Amino acid sequence: MATTVLDHAETHAHAKTGLWSWITTVDHKRIGILYGATAFLFFLIGGLEALLLRIQLGSPNNTFLSPETYNQLFTMHGTTMIFLAVMPISAMYFNFMIPLQIGARDVAFPRLNAFSYWVFLAGGLFINISFLFHAAPNAGWFGYANLTTKPYSPGPNVDFWVIGLQTLGIASLAAAVNFFVTIINLRGPGMKLMRMPMFVWMSFITQILLLLAFPVITVALIMLMFDRVFHTMFFTVAGGGDPQLWQHLFWVFGHPEVYILILPAFGIVSEILPVFSRKPLFGYAAMVFSGAFIAFLGFGVWAHHMFATGMGPIADSFFAISTMLIAVPTGVKIFNWIGTIWGGSIQLKTPMYFALAFIAMFIMGGLSGVMHASPPADLQQTDTYFVVAHFHYVLFGGSIFALTAGAYYWFPKMFGKMLSEKLGKVHFWLMLIGFNLTFMPMHFVGLNGMPRRVYTYPAGLGFELLNRLETIGAFILAISMLVFVYNLWRSLRNPVPAPADPWNGATLEWSIPSPPQEFNFAEIPTVHSRDPLWETKRARGGPLPEPALASGKDIHMPNPSFWPLVTAIGVITTLTGFLVGFPYVNLVGAAILLTGIFSWAFEPAG
Amino acid sequence: MSQDAHAMHMPTTTGLDSRKMAIWTFIGSECLFFASLISTYMVYRGKSLTGPYPHESWTNPANGEVVKGILNIPLTSFSTFVLLMSSFAVVLALYGAQRGKRGMLIGWLSATMVGGAIFLGGQVYEFNHFVHEGLTLHQNLFGSTFFTLTGFHGGHVTVGLIWLGTVLVTAIRGKLPPEKALNLEIAALYWHFVDVIWIIIFTLIYLIK
Repeated sequence: MATTVLDHAETHAHAKTGLWSWITTVDHKRIGILYGATAFLFFLIGGLEALLLRIQLGSPNNTFLSPETYNQLFTMHGTTMIFLAVMPISAMYFNFMIPLQIGARDVAFPRLNAFSYWVFLAGGLFINISFLFHAAPNAGWFGYANLTTKPYSPGPNVDFWVIGLQTLGIASLAAAVNFFVTIINLRGPGMKLMRMPMFVWMSFITQILLLLAFPVITVALIMLMFDRVFHTMFFTVAGGGDPQLWQHLFWVFGHPEVYILILPAFGIVSEILPVFSRKPLFGYAAMVFSGAFIAFLGFGVWAHHMFATGMGPIADSFFAISTMLIAVPTGVKIFNWIGTIWGGSIQLKTPMYFALAFIAMFIMGGLSGVMHASPPADLQQTDTYFVVAHFHYVLFGGSIFALTAGAYYWFPKMFGKMLSEKLGKVHFWLMLIGFNLTFMPMHFVGLNGMPRRVYTYPAGLGFELLNRLETIGAFILAISMLVFVYNLWRSLRNPVPAPADPWNGATLEWSIPSPPQEFNFAEIPTVHSRDPLWETKRARGGPLPEPALASGKDIHMPNPSFWPLVTAIGVITTLTGFLVGFPYVNLVGAAILLTGIFSWAFEPAG
Repeated sequence: MSQDAHAMHMPTTTGLDSRKMAIWTFIGSECLFFASLISTYMVYRGKSLTGPYPHESWTNPANGEVVKGILNIPLTSFSTFVLLMSSFAVVLALYGAQRGKRGMLIGWLSATMVGGAIFLGGQVYEFNHFVHEGLTLHQNLFGSTFFTLTGFHGGHVTVGLIWLGTVLVTAIRGKLPPEKALNLEIAALYWHFVDVIWIIIFTLIYLIK
């Protein structure tokens, strides 16, 4: 104990604090927290947008929102939740947890990691600044051409969307290269591929999807931007262009994107279920390969988003079959999760509540997904609230429930404080009830013919009651979020520190103090099995003592740098030039970009 | 170039350098970038509603001038050859860098850059010439797809030249000893990739009628 106190004082003597330390940080844990805090704010904004939409739809012929504002809000709700909430919240876990779980001191390229965050922030702010001009993107998160070409969207709304998304894509690609290399190359001794925690595996597959899917949307966005700025003819029918090309390119990206949103969630749940069932993950290898198979199939199903365009029976059949095939590896995962908890000594803590609800909600979303894999059924369901119900069951019932489970599970590790179990369960029940009340009725109004993306509906079609219930559900969801925010706030102010291993965890992150020190591991651990910490505890015959803080004097860590931020400013300025002041703003941006890159390349990294 | 000592000196799981793995990863991702551009070009091949066309002749209705197939295949074959030779030159430059043969390094790296610059010069000449003949980004689908695809490739060549130029300057200043040859190797991998992509583009646009 005496040594702990001494080390503690010593460590804090050169602890880095203050705004500048955050701006120049290259520490994966701090970058993870930056990602998480930013993404959570965007998540709340996206939720607020949804609430406004639900108020508008709460009663027929409502005039709470104008049609134009409604278009902007549903476009921004989708764009925000996908690119500014779920993806970066996953990125928070990638950042914080991948190095800890594989036994590394940081990611392979710490400054590139900071760059990814700053570019993400710039892109997110850029899209949202459009609200100040009442010119938020208004053509849907899928940005279908030729609705988005200049003649049909003359305002700057779509430019904000195109440039913002392009920026976010750069952030995702830089991060994907970084994590891909990190997972391959920075694993500690003994951490073989088939010993990696399932979260690392699913993250690894996600990075591959990002690397292969994002270049496609990059090209599509370039072509759309060229159509708008330089009057090219990619999507201009009068010049022989085909708007359907946009749909193909967008969904070649867009469907893998769906798995980019859900695979990290699969990983998180696969971490939580074993720990709270006191059993190793059932069917580890099957879990790995089914994840890889889902990702592989994910590139062969894109046109099931396009059945209504009339592609003909051969294409329809191919994409219907490949889509239905995805149910197989997904089913394998679900059975393995159930196999994991089967016969386990189940500990009903908050993370487990959310993880179990994830399984149930995701199965429902998956089943409605298989329903519109069938082209004739899909023709009835496309563009109705049935589809809205489906993707909220997989993205909210799936991704958000799992990400929330991860928040309760890893919060003690990230911040060194426990979240309140009692508030967590209040949060859980409100969220589960609010979620189902909001989205379950959408199946029925959808099958009864209520179209999505329309700002209102007439009375007397039988939509009133269910829509009113959905709106009430949305407010219950909002209240559940307030409970969560209160829980976060209360816990951060709580002086009682969390133990290193509050859940009796199996993976390496629980072997080090909460929160971890800058260098993560005083000594890089050697791994002998898939559940290294359980193995250690078994050998010892009981729980491990609280790990002592190390001085870390001889551990070499990379230097802080603000060039990633400068480079990110260069990126966003260059791209902004396509909206204002082409080509001068672009040139200024390019100058900043080059300055950033060269200063970055020639500064000592430490 | 990037003096990422952190990544460089850390022992890696595979034993491979992380920066080298990163450039390969990036190249893998870039394949999809060019695949999308090339697919778009192929989908829109022969779909232009008006000329100038790549291979067929076209009478300009505005002035009655006949524009023959606009592509200058001999000229582009020459610049393609030069670009490929620059890939060969950078291999020799890397050989020099790895063995500490400074003259070889600087000489062949300069030759690489001259090759890249000639290719880029050819492209600037070609673009100018095409615009003069009436082919612009917004004249027809061929113009839109051709300029976008070859323009982005040219952009990649430009980035490669800046990168190789930076390495050349460090070499001239004597700061590229054999143990840092990887700085050149990574740039060279990118350069080879840009060349390989050009072989595909050249074949599909220029050679196949």
